[in-house]
Amino acid sequence: MGDHHHGPAKGITRWLTTTNHKDIGTMYLWFSFAMFLLGGAFAMVIRAELFQPGLQLIEPAFFNQMTTMHGLIMVFGAIMPAFVGLANWMIPLMIGAPDMALPRMNNWSFWILPFAFAILASSFFMEGGAPNFGWTFYAPLSTTYAPPSVTFFIFGVHILGLSSIMGAINIAATVMNMRAPGMTYMKMPLFVWTWFITAYLLIAVMPVLAGAVTMMLMDIHFGTSFFSAAGGGDPVLFQHIFWFFGHPEVYIIILPGFGVVSQVIPTFSRKRLFGYDSMVYATASIAFLSFIVWAHHMYTVGMPVAGELFFMYATMLIAVPTGVKVFNWISTMWRGAMTFETPMLFAIGFVVLFTMGGFTGLMLAIAPADFQYHDSYFVVAHFHYTMVAGAIFSMTCAVYYWLPKWCGRMYNETLGKTQFWVSFVGFNLTFFPQHFVGLAGMPRRIPDYALQFADFNLMSSVGAFIYGASQLLFLYNVVATIVAGEPVEKEQVWEGAEGLEWTVASPAPYHTFTTPPDVK
Amino acid sequence: MSCKINRLIGSTRIAIVALFSVVASGAGAEEVQRWRVNMEPGVTEIGSRIYDLHMTVFWICVVIGVAVFGVMLYSIYSHRKSRGVTPATFHESTLVEVAWTVVPFLILIAMAVPATTTLIDIYNTDESEVDILVTGYQWKWKYEYINEGGENVSFFSTLSTPRSEIDNEDEKNTNYLLEVDEPLVIPVGKKVRFLVTAYDVIHAWWVPALAVKKDAIPGFINETWTLALEEGVYRGQCAELCGKDHGFMPIVVKVVSESEYHEWLGEKVAQASEIKELMSQQFDLDQLVERGDEVYQRNCLACHGAQGEGGVGAAIAGSAIAMGEVAGHLDSIVNGVPGTAMQAFGNQLNDVDLAAVTTYQRNAFGNNMGDLVQPIDVYNFKQGQ
Ligand code: HEC
Ligand SMILES: [Cu+2]
Repeated sequence: MGDHHHGPAKGITRWLTTTNHKDIGTMYLWFSFAMFLLGGAFAMVIRAELFQPGLQLIEPAFFNQMTTMHGLIMVFGAIMPAFVGLANWMIPLMIGAPDMALPRMNNWSFWILPFAFAILASSFFMEGGAPNFGWTFYAPLSTTYAPPSVTFFIFGVHILGLSSIMGAINIAATVMNMRAPGMTYMKMPLFVWTWFITAYLLIAVMPVLAGAVTMMLMDIHFGTSFFSAAGGGDPVLFQHIFWFFGHPEVYIIILPGFGVVSQVIPTFSRKRLFGYDSMVYATASIAFLSFIVWAHHMYTVGMPVAGELFFMYATMLIAVPTGVKVFNWISTMWRGAMTFETPMLFAIGFVVLFTMGGFTGLMLAIAPADFQYHDSYFVVAHFHYTMVAGAIFSMTCAVYYWLPKWCGRMYNETLGKTQFWVSFVGFNLTFFPQHFVGLAGMPRRIPDYALQFADFNLMSSVGAFIYGASQLLFLYNVVATIVAGEPVEKEQVWEGAEGLEWTVASPAPYHTFTTPPDVK
Repeated sequence: MSCKINRLIGSTRIAIVALFSVVASGAGAEEVQRWRVNMEPGVTEIGSRIYDLHMTVFWICVVIGVAVFGVMLYSIYSHRKSRGVTPATFHESTLVEVAWTVVPFLILIAMAVPATTTLIDIYNTDESEVDILVTGYQWKWKYEYINEGGENVSFFSTLSTPRSEIDNEDEKNTNYLLEVDEPLVIPVGKKVRFLVTAYDVIHAWWVPALAVKKDAIPGFINETWTLALEEGVYRGQCAELCGKDHGFMPIVVKVVSESEYHEWLGEKVAQASEIKELMSQQFDLDQLVERGDEVYQRNCLACHGAQGEGGVGAAIAGSAIAMGEVAGHLDSIVNGVPGTAMQAFGNQLNDVDLAAVTTYQRNAFGNNMGDLVQPIDVYNFKQGQ
């Protein structure tokens, strides 16, 4: 290696041509945050319209575009790239590797993402507007009855699917081949484990999603009838394919979050993670089960009772490994010596709120009861408790936890804690009342509602604005840290932290572990 | 994007005043049930079993939650560094891992048993006394009675909340968005089977109090049933996103005594034969336009606009089709325009209404064609295809 390859290139080319895992991780993180703000802005529009009964701000047709794009952007644009960014930054640092296994592909898998989302976002300006059929895009609403922009949506999904698959292959290859000598599988930090399993989920199901949208494309443009009964097809087939992707997808979103929390809780408890082995096995069981529960999203489509029972039992089973995880986290805290810095607050917030989402998940698993819950706001509450409190809280937790390592500066603790409490209150104010309106009979995805739902919807909207504002606090805190945070001197930023990432300087140098570390 | 921000401030005030005045005065026969936080057992046996199941699982979750979070809070309180504790070093125990795998598993089995029996009973659609075909359309429901004596009874049920309430120009009434022009009527104490399907996209027929939710899927027929034990009016909504007006296709079911039900059904049968009679009559322009106006308001306005200006649908005012040959105009309405939101109305409306709405479109919105289409013309057009 020559002397001239040690630092980053200058200017924009650094970012366009970089193959450095830290640069690429940074780009993923900023991109996903931008998407998070965009998807969040759509959520604000939705909540503003739902502030009170009647149509005030937007037409129902546009409302549907908002809910659809909010879901798509949050799932594919915010949460997934955020965790891929985190994986890029942290996995090589955690396993003592100099970089990702496939650095050029890494560059490519990031750089096609902005194009995918540019295509998706441009659909707002097309005739008929943006996709308006929900992020689950059920046929035939998304085929025969879709706006013309659906073709661009399909193209966009293909590109971002490609990006995810490449990212996942890269992560799996890195974990398998790039571990420092002595870093056996059962010594890997849990964040690496959860991402390793997530990568396999992605490789397994993203092609299924690609298949689903390709079948849509064929139905729309090439005269096939996969999803149209009139031509011998079946609209329910679409749902089976979609959820065969979609259910593992929700674990793709949450497993890396489990990993983050499993790093953070031991650090601030100053005590080793309780039940490491069982955590690994629980993650693997959840991943396996995620493939055989998809039709619990479809209890009302008219499946035979035997199918219904199978999916009900399998779904209930997921509560077991999920419970194991929660019990292990709490046992890790038990008799530790805890401090409550911002990352720890978010980790505890995660455990509490995600567990509540787990409880409602168990309720939703009960097929007969689901006939009342299905497609109501109860479901909306449930999956925001798991997705927002699960993925977003753990992601925020991760940023606060590793930011000092990334930029060598400490964030403002008071501001961080303030952000936590504002988010926590805003989040619960938004989504807790949604359980109530759902149980009282309010369907999801409606732009206007009956009067008895008015009070709780008003609360929800106020909560949403608070939660939205708390994200600006987050942005401010992160930028302020990067620009002018207190420099951290130590390699091991947090007293109780363990792991290879805490053995390199802060900020982490552009190249780390060019010679493999010793793993005891 | 169609922003109406300029009207927002005014309408906000009206809506808030409306909301509170409705609530305060308890206007109407039914009151708005505010602050409802739980599922209702409803008026069916299955509904109360679902409710019990829901509450059982809920309480189990509460107990587990209180225990788990209790332990956590205790730990957060007492195992803090600031209290000068030194951390313990234990980090695994096979025994507890096995325990907290097995115990939850047993609890799950306890939940699964009642869930299974309830589910199997829900799936038993045998021995119904009344059968009704429910078809979801964008954005209304069609009900057809298919038992003996009611064969000819079929009608659409459409949102009847006036546009002005939705647009915050008028006070919202108690049943805002949960009211229809023609409710479904079923007898109390009889098992009623619903055959649920859809005409265009997927909808879902949901009436919480009757404990029924079933997807309406184009090309397939799902079965479900209810047995209402109490007379009353029960309201629900479409539960599956079905396009623009998904939020505006409510369901109202009137559960009445058996004698009342038969009386109602008899009336509907009589009405159906009356329409048959009308089919062979000739009308003058005013009669057709008047009837057509009503049909248009109910079926076409959502897409074609109050002034025929268009929207989701093409403009009717000045439309080459509405001002062209009658056959072409009828073709658009009877057969729809395939691949667009314009549905075939040939089976949705009777020939009298078809004739009326065609005539109306040809003469309203400044189209002033002056010609008229009689029911017999529609009949001949359909025969001639
Ligand atoms: C769900 C929306 C929708 C509803 C409801 C609807 N239409 Fe349409 N209609 C359309 C659309 C979209 C078109 C344009 C089709 C095309 O692209 O050619 C159309 C076109 C037409 C045309 C042809 C006009 C022209 O110039 O192209 C006529 C006539 C018409 N509709 C009559 C009716 C009547 C009568 C009703 C009520 C009984 C009705 N429509 C209800 C969506 C609707
Ligand atoms: Cu519908």
